[in-house]
Amino acid sequence: MNVARTLEPPPVASASLAALYREAGIADVFERLDAELVGLVPVKTRIREIAALLVVDRARRQLGLNAEPPSLHMCFTGNPGTGKTTVAQRMAELLHGLGYIRRNHLVSVTRDDLVGQYIGHTAPKTREVLKKAMGGVLFIDEAYYLYRPENERDYGQEAIEILLQAMENQRDDLVVVLAGYKSRMDVFFRSNPGLSSRIAHHIDFPDYAPDELLAIARLMVRRMDYRLDAEAVAALCEYIALRLRQPHFANARSIRNALDRMRLRQANRLFSTALAGDGEVDADALRSIDSADIRSSRVFANASPAGEGTA
Amino acid sequence: MSTTVATSTPQAATATPARKRYDPGVLKYREMGYWAPDYAPADTDILALFRITPQQGVDPEEAAAAVAGESSTATWTVVWTDRLTACEQYRAKAYRVDPVPGTGPGTDTPQQYFAWIAYDLDLFEEGSVANLTASIIGNVFSFKPLRAARLEDMRFPVAYVKTFRGPPTGIVVERERLDKFGRPLLGATTKPKLGLSGKNYGRVVYEALKGGLDFVKDDENINSQPFMHWRDRFLYCMEGVNRASAETGEVKGHYLNITAGTMENMYQRAEFARELGSVIVMVDLVAGWTAIQSISNWCRDNDMLLHMHRAGHGTYTRQKNHGVSFRVIAKWLRLAGVDHLHAGTAVGKLEGDPNTVQGYYNVCRETRNAVDLQRGIFFEQDWGGLRKVMPVASGGIHAGQMHQLVDLFGDDCVLQFGGGTIGHPHGIQAGATANRVALEAIVKARNEGRDIAGEGPQILQAAARWCTPLQAALETWKDVTFDYASTDTPDFVPTPTTA
Amino acid sequence: MRITQGTFSFLPDLTDEEIGLQVAYALRQGWALAVEYTDDPHPRNAYWEMWGNPMFDLADPAAVVHELRECRKVFPRHYIKINAFDSTRGFESVRLSFIVNRPPEEPGFELLRTEAQGRVQRYALRAYATDHPVGRRY
Repeated sequence: MNVARTLEPPPVASASLAALYREAGIADVFERLDAELVGLVPVKTRIREIAALLVVDRARRQLGLNAEPPSLHMCFTGNPGTGKTTVAQRMAELLHGLGYIRRNHLVSVTRDDLVGQYIGHTAPKTREVLKKAMGGVLFIDEAYYLYRPENERDYGQEAIEILLQAMENQRDDLVVVLAGYKSRMDVFFRSNPGLSSRIAHHIDFPDYAPDELLAIARLMVRRMDYRLDAEAVAALCEYIALRLRQPHFANARSIRNALDRMRLRQANRLFSTALAGDGEVDADALRSIDSADIRSSRVFANASPAGEGTA
Repeated sequence: MSTTVATSTPQAATATPARKRYDPGVLKYREMGYWAPDYAPADTDILALFRITPQQGVDPEEAAAAVAGESSTATWTVVWTDRLTACEQYRAKAYRVDPVPGTGPGTDTPQQYFAWIAYDLDLFEEGSVANLTASIIGNVFSFKPLRAARLEDMRFPVAYVKTFRGPPTGIVVERERLDKFGRPLLGATTKPKLGLSGKNYGRVVYEALKGGLDFVKDDENINSQPFMHWRDRFLYCMEGVNRASAETGEVKGHYLNITAGTMENMYQRAEFARELGSVIVMVDLVAGWTAIQSISNWCRDNDMLLHMHRAGHGTYTRQKNHGVSFRVIAKWLRLAGVDHLHAGTAVGKLEGDPNTVQGYYNVCRETRNAVDLQRGIFFEQDWGGLRKVMPVASGGIHAGQMHQLVDLFGDDCVLQFGGGTIGHPHGIQAGATANRVALEAIVKARNEGRDIAGEGPQILQAAARWCTPLQAALETWKDVTFDYASTDTPDFVPTPTTA
Repeated sequence: MRITQGTFSFLPDLTDEEIGLQVAYALRQGWALAVEYTDDPHPRNAYWEMWGNPMFDLADPAAVVHELRECRKVFPRHYIKINAFDSTRGFESVRLSFIVNRPPEEPGFELLRTEAQGRVQRYALRAYATDHPVGRRY
């Protein structure tokens, strides 16, 4: 019986990087990255570098040159809302297009999905997750919570060990992406050098600058089919500047939440106006978020010096 | 037909005033209330679809009404005793008539019509196929105003289905009991059908099972003849079955035909089969509905699979214009309760268009049949949890057709290669091995995502390179096909031909 | 002798790659996968030992092949099979089951006969391997 099927084509004399790039759909992935994520220039640059490395590796393999299977595990550090999950999804597409993973498939977990509550609970739980992720990408958000040095009997260590084993022995089956705040991840890696040494690519996601945040907000507004007039845009600009100075700022996520609250206020405004009048609204009104919807945010109230609101 | 009232138009309403309606004399069936174009069938009605060819001068609505009448409450004349009953309810209602595509002027076939008829549930006794068939096909097929009639399909309300116990074992439990999954089962009928002594007969059983088949089968007319009494057959067959089981580590079986002249004899044979440890017994369709339901109950009580050989069905299922479609027989048998049912091969020596045969398989195997005109299924049928019948493909098939069979019928069926096993040039064991290897190679390739319908011959050739018995089988039967036009083809698609 | 239980016992032993393809087929059908092993291959032995619970919601066959390899490390001379389980109504049973590991030598079964009344024989199968206690059979 003809059992010897090979996945690799036989070595040829030359390889077309352009063809590899095209067939893997890389251009498409980058296009979507650019459309979805404003800014993030250093991140996008790093991803392009990784993609180039992988394409070249593919080409070397086609020509029969020595090509160690590259280590693909990654670490994404950055504050919340900087696009780590979205980039991980695009990364899965990229790796799938290039044939480094078999499925375009990302399983996203946190400590609770991996670590059990009692003795003997953790190993099966972690293995279960690993098995579900196999063939694709396992994304572990806030990975440092796996390690709790203050409790020496914490079961997280067991999960880390199983994870390490899989990252080492099943590199063909699984790509692991660890994600979280940069400072905490650094501490985590110092205590778990075994993990650190198995991560090939560290990518840092910077916070967004105010103009990037405004661009993100306008993109979201457009996707939700709303409109901002010039006054509203100005208000939004001020809003962002003020919000940046407040605690718990989570980049794009905070912007999305703010927009949701603005829609709430818009709806409320439309409702009161309509009840006072004939009850009719047109599409334009339904689409417009005006500056009042923005300026009535608590952010302005907290920031404004006494008396300004009375003007 | 001798009715004289000929003034009403075909679309005439049925409301004849009661006084006039019950005047002594002869009325058109249509006027007696059997034609009810406005009737919306109830979920609890039993529905039947007849293909009718009316006599010259009989309009289709009247013919349909006559079928409804003669298969329910009517007689040829008006009877006042109807008025002592809730006769409106008991009258079957012809609620729709459609011309059959491809018949009538401009074709070779006289004009035919599909007559759709609804029967009230109270017309039938619970759990009795004999009663059901006595109503639906009791008189009407001899009725003079019809040149021909054929029962094409039926729909049973779940309430009625639930009065039957259905297959004693069913596909799922059969597989669990046999520990055989993921592929069709393989069988063979012992040949020659008649004349072998018990000892020689058991030899065939042993060789075929050891070679790789799951089942061997008695033929329909092996009962207890002078050359081999039934007890001899049972004893030697079970020796073969158990020896083969020890040689392979698999559960094996032989369908012991327990059909006999009386129920007492049938029970006696069934009990001996049980005593010997057989997993399966077999009955012929000619034993009759009541015998089948009785032995089905016995099988349920004795953890026995019941194999049904459809002996005799061709006398009334084959011709398209007259008789009963096999899909209806299959539905009745699922109610009556059999585990295996011969349902055709599409590619072998016996009648069967591929689409029509797939329709029979679906009747046997689905938990709910959707309307599927291309496969001859006219009604949606909910089987209400009744177990599934394992269809059997038997008759003139060989290893070289394995890809076609698996492609047409999937995993849940028995493929029976009688001549295709016993006629192998290297012997019966080699014949059985060839079939099993061909089957496993095709299933494996299908699961791997290969197109078995297209690449089947290459897949079989590849397996034959390491399996000499398969090589010999493919060589021996390479040109054997039975490529004749089928008589029982679907009305709603261009007729496909067998490969 | 070669025990021919399972879907593919008449074919040459499947390679791990071929096993992966069969598992991929089962996953495409939405079936759950399980690894089971035994040293008592009697055809009526319905309950082989479970190598962990059945695996639900997998995306890729690698997980199953990995578990199979782990099971082989521990039980290199046992029978091991992969089962695929279908939970849909009307099935709720195994849909595919094939042997993926077997002992280097398979001594097979003895057919035991007991004379009963008349010419009736009562038959029983006994695996030669079960002469030895569990764990020392192959």
